[in-house]
Amino acid sequence: MAWTDLIVLIMVVLVLIGAGAALFLKNLLAAAVATALVSLGVSVFFVILRAPDVALTEAAVGAGLSGLLLALAAKRLGLWRIEIQQDSEDAGDSSC
Amino acid sequence: MLTRYGALLFAAGFAFLLFVLFTSQPLGAPTMLAGQAVLNEAAGTVGAANIVTAVVLAYRGIDTLGELSILFAAATAVGLVLGRSHGTDAAATAREPGGFILRAGADLLFPLLLVVGFYIIVHGHLTPGGGFQGGVVLAAAFVLPVLARPSETISHSAMAWVEGLAGGVFIVTGLLALAVDRAFLTPLLGTGQLGTLLSAGTLPLLYLAVGLKVGAELANLLLRMTEEESGT
Repeated sequence: MAWTDLIVLIMVVLVLIGAGAALFLKNLLAAAVATALVSLGVSVFFVILRAPDVALTEAAVGAGLSGLLLALAAKRLGLWRIEIQQDSEDAGDSSC
Repeated sequence: MLTRYGALLFAAGFAFLLFVLFTSQPLGAPTMLAGQAVLNEAAGTVGAANIVTAVVLAYRGIDTLGELSILFAAATAVGLVLGRSHGTDAAATAREPGGFILRAGADLLFPLLLVVGFYIIVHGHLTPGGGFQGGVVLAAAFVLPVLARPSETISHSAMAWVEGLAGGVFIVTGLLALAVDRAFLTPLLGTGQLGTLLSAGTLPLLYLAVGLKVGAELANLLLRMTEEESGT
């Protein structure tokens, strides 16, 4: 039981860090990755609580799909700030 | 001013919800009788080793059809809003491919994701997983090569055909059950031997239909999100 408690402790810390990072990170791509991190930690909780079906759904949809969807939405809205800016004639990079 | 009252209302409602949750029922001792009955019955009557699949496809198959139709409506709405991809073919072909690591990783991961996705779908009645989870993995498998090489897109009409055929198979299976057994979406073909691949009657077929439909829908949705962000 001790190792399960240890995993839960690590995952609680990881999920809380990820949730805080998703709120406070200025870079929206990094914030999307942080939400995916939260989902990954929650899916580990589901495995420990013996709900592997829900864990699989959470890992596939929460960690994989919704992170990608958030990142793509940020890109479409022109909010995806990339450090290396090649062209300044794009309409998107003037915002934010 | 109004938002402050709204926040107050939300906090009060949330506190009430937590209060009810933690006082009305002791933690870890559920009073659900239906759950225990399903656990006792499902393996014998449905023949699925994974009880969750027995519940999702046999006991509440109409709910699953409702979930599928909600997903269909959402994907159709996204396609309606983002679907103006006719005039931007030149922009789509002009986009550069991704970096070397992304391209090599996509080549490496595509067959693996395909195998994992179909494994999760086909073994949905035996092991944890099923059509929805495996469908999401399949959608990821088909989106990854497009992210690596944006010029090689997958045709949306082929995806729509796969989606429509899979949805049709699901409904036709349900209607066949209605004709044979007088109940919509009852598992047919007997239960088979518990734990083997060809068991649980029509549940594997239904989950294959669900997986292909979910995969095609989500892949279509994500592909529409990736393309034509340079235009308009």
